[in-house]
Amino acid sequence: MTYLQKKGYYKRFFMAGVFILLLVVIGAANFGVADISFKQTAMIMMSKIPIISTLINVHDIKATSIIILLQLRLPRIILACLVGAALSVVGASFQGIFKNPMADPFVLGVSSGAALGASITMVFLKEIEFLGLSIIAFNAFLGAIITTFLVYNIARVGRKVPTTTLLLAGISLNYLLSSIISLIMTFNREQIERIIMWTMGSFSTGSWKEVYLLVLIVLPCIVLITLFARDLNIMLLGEENARSLGVNVEGLKKYILVISTVMIAAVVSVSGIIGFVGLIIPHGVRMITGPDNRKVIPFSAITGAIFLIICDTIARSIVPPSEIPVGIITSIFGVPFFIYLLYNTKKKVF
Amino acid sequence: MIKIKNLSFSYDEEVLNNININFEKGKFYTILGPNGSGKTTLLRLISKSLNVNKEEIFIEGKDLFTIKSKLLSKKMAMVPQSTEIEFDFSVEDIVLMGRTPHIPRFCSESEEDFSIAKAAMEMTNTLKLKDKKINQLSGGERQRVIVARAICQDTEIILLDEPISHLDIHHQIEIMNEIKQLNENKNITIIAVLHDLNIAAAYSDSMILMNKGHVHSFGTPEKILNEKAIEEVYGLQVYITKNPKTNKTFVMPF
Repeated sequence: MTYLQKKGYYKRFFMAGVFILLLVVIGAANFGVADISFKQTAMIMMSKIPIISTLINVHDIKATSIIILLQLRLPRIILACLVGAALSVVGASFQGIFKNPMADPFVLGVSSGAALGASITMVFLKEIEFLGLSIIAFNAFLGAIITTFLVYNIARVGRKVPTTTLLLAGISLNYLLSSIISLIMTFNREQIERIIMWTMGSFSTGSWKEVYLLVLIVLPCIVLITLFARDLNIMLLGEENARSLGVNVEGLKKYILVISTVMIAAVVSVSGIIGFVGLIIPHGVRMITGPDNRKVIPFSAITGAIFLIICDTIARSIVPPSEIPVGIITSIFGVPFFIYLLYNTKKKVF
Repeated sequence: MIKIKNLSFSYDEEVLNNININFEKGKFYTILGPNGSGKTTLLRLISKSLNVNKEEIFIEGKDLFTIKSKLLSKKMAMVPQSTEIEFDFSVEDIVLMGRTPHIPRFCSESEEDFSIAKAAMEMTNTLKLKDKKINQLSGGERQRVIVARAICQDTEIILLDEPISHLDIHHQIEIMNEIKQLNENKNITIIAVLHDLNIAAAYSDSMILMNKGHVHSFGTPEKILNEKAIEEVYGLQVYITKNPKTNKTFVMPF
């Protein structure tokens, strides 16, 4: 069966995914120290949707519950949702253009590049509210794009980017950048907690301001990448084939790299480094849908969102009242999967 | 159709030196020559896989240097040397990818694209494989699928780089017959790099014999394949006769 014949089927499947995502959002909002019931959670959320709100009466729910839900939990959950989607889509598209199953923004050091750019800003420029946020995001972008460029050019052998050199270049740069971040931490002890939370990934500072920033950047970028899903498929046949089918190979690579880097920079500047999501999710999705990027990209977005919301819920509620960086939770899931992939490369899943 | 004018090319050393060829529309050409004589490089330059300079190759009078890749892919399809595909796309997906140059960015494949793909698969005898995964096929089947993709691309020119070198004799003849049919029925210009002199002689209208980056000789198989030329190019002594069944030139080394 080809993509088109199954399109209706996949559409329904996707809608089911969106529905599950909604349930997960409500479910996650339900978790936490303050006790708010599932029904109340759903009611408070619906009271904010324009037309439905007239039918909902939230007067008998405590005002504190409403504030906790709308100002603390919800922005954080939506943030996790956007970050999960962005990381997974970037992972899927990196794997497409590098034609390499191990490509992932974290493994390739791009996330660390963004993190370094942002930590330098946090330490040396301090923060100036919304303007400050955009400076952090911009410097994260600079860090990310420089790292991508470096890794790509170090790993390149002639026209090809072999798996081994790509991984080695990525991992070694990753180490270098992390060390520089640690160095900055050592010299700026007053910021240390903030930077630690941040190099391991956390949504604890999430507010609506960050949500707006991500909505503006991540959603358009995902759409832009999805438009090129068919070209990404053809890239998987090899560059010579792609060229003879009219795909502008070098142009496509640059386009995808720039959009992905913008997304990573935005994501890292609000949540810090969250590893392995971009690796696990696209692979898991590919095992079910096959390699067609027109399916892999949208399903990765949805699955990544669900996955990261669940991870973040675990991170903030497993040892109350303190919380663990969400990057630790994703790595606990991610590393065994990564090892399983390395072990199983004979069974081509990519 | 395709005109090559004073074409030279070098990676580090010079690979092609001052090539001048004129390919006519609707003919079947083969490029022959020993390993390293520049056959594949020539084909890659024509397909624009390698960078060409200005005013070296012209397609229907237009300088290849200025033709956009999307437009070129509507005129010319390529069957590359290695057709290994590691990803488990279905055969039908792969063949449909041949329609890419004809589908606008925001659209999916239309019913018409599907019927063109189906016809291409029928022609190459791969329709029964359509739901199979490409990486589960044998070399011969995969090669036929790639030929089907090239047919699906619906171009006036098809370039083939050693399309049959990994196949057994039965599949070799089957693929060559399919290509010949395209050439005769649809008037598609074929340019194929081949190693087997006798198969080349049996199918082509015209041959280009290459040696060390030069065109040694260019013309009909009867004219090109002679004892002297083969001795010069391949350093091999041969006896030239006619195939008693087809009356085509036949080369026998001894």
